Amino acid sequence: MIPLPFYLTLAAALFCIGLYGALARRNAIAILMGIELMLNAVNINLIAFWRYVKPAAPTMDLAGQIFALFVITLAAAEAAIGIALIIAIYRSRDTVNVEEVDLMKW
Amino acid sequence: MSTPLVLTYVGFFVMAAITLGGALMAVSARNLIRAALGLIIALIGIAGIYFVLEAEFVAVVQILVYVGAISILILFAVMLTRGLMKRDLPAQNAQWIAAAFISLAMFAALLYVALSTNWRAVETQVAGDLIPKLGTELMTTYLLPFEAVSLLLLAALVGAIVIARE
Repeated sequence: MIPLPFYLTLAAALFCIGLYGALARRNAIAILMGIELMLNAVNINLIAFWRYVKPAAPTMDLAGQIFALFVITLAAAEAAIGIALIIAIYRSRDTVNVEEVDLMKW
Repeated sequence: MSTPLVLTYVGFFVMAAITLGGALMAVSARNLIRAALGLIIALIGIAGIYFVLEAEFVAVVQILVYVGAISILILFAVMLTRGLMKRDLPAQNAQWIAAAFISLAMFAALLYVALSTNWRAVETQVAGDLIPKLGTELMTTYLLPFEAVSLLLLAALVGAIVIARE
């Protein structure tokens, strides 16, 4: 089998690309895309650990896959709410540039 | 597992290249439609990684939920908020150098942990068809989180409608 660190390295790279996207982009939708990439990187780790590391209790041997499924569900909810917020901001402020959405900035 | 090792390696590297290429396109493309396309490519590559890891059910869910639903949602949002990014404005903000530095430092730290830890990884066989077992587990051991997540999805659905309504 492929050594586990291969998957961990891929997930780390994907997480950091997503982090860069979330930190450096101006457009709120692009920031959301970066967050989706970070969530996916975590899912790769969960599935890789499920495949390679045996849990202590035999009833937990599908925990990695089930955690990944929950994360996918939460990501869907997060994307729906995030995009609804972006559209609401666009309606009231006419922009999706996060630097121009500074009403609550002191 | 009857797949030859070489084929597993080839599958892993091809899918990893697709994933990272798509992800780089998603964070660097100026055109948001192109960025969304890069995101879709990356998500398909991740589904391929799940297939290489023999988690077929999660791979199919990944394609259905991410590629099928979330990317379409993002494309819709891009089109609904079109033309508002001023043309002369760069896609990155002023702090992109600091962001790149932080990301690289984070990558170095994660790489150090991934390579230096003894993970006690074992070679396991996937025991036959896991999908019935997955369904049973969701309905027994993980029933409470399952119901909580259904409630959360309902709340997100209602919330999204209320927030986005004119």
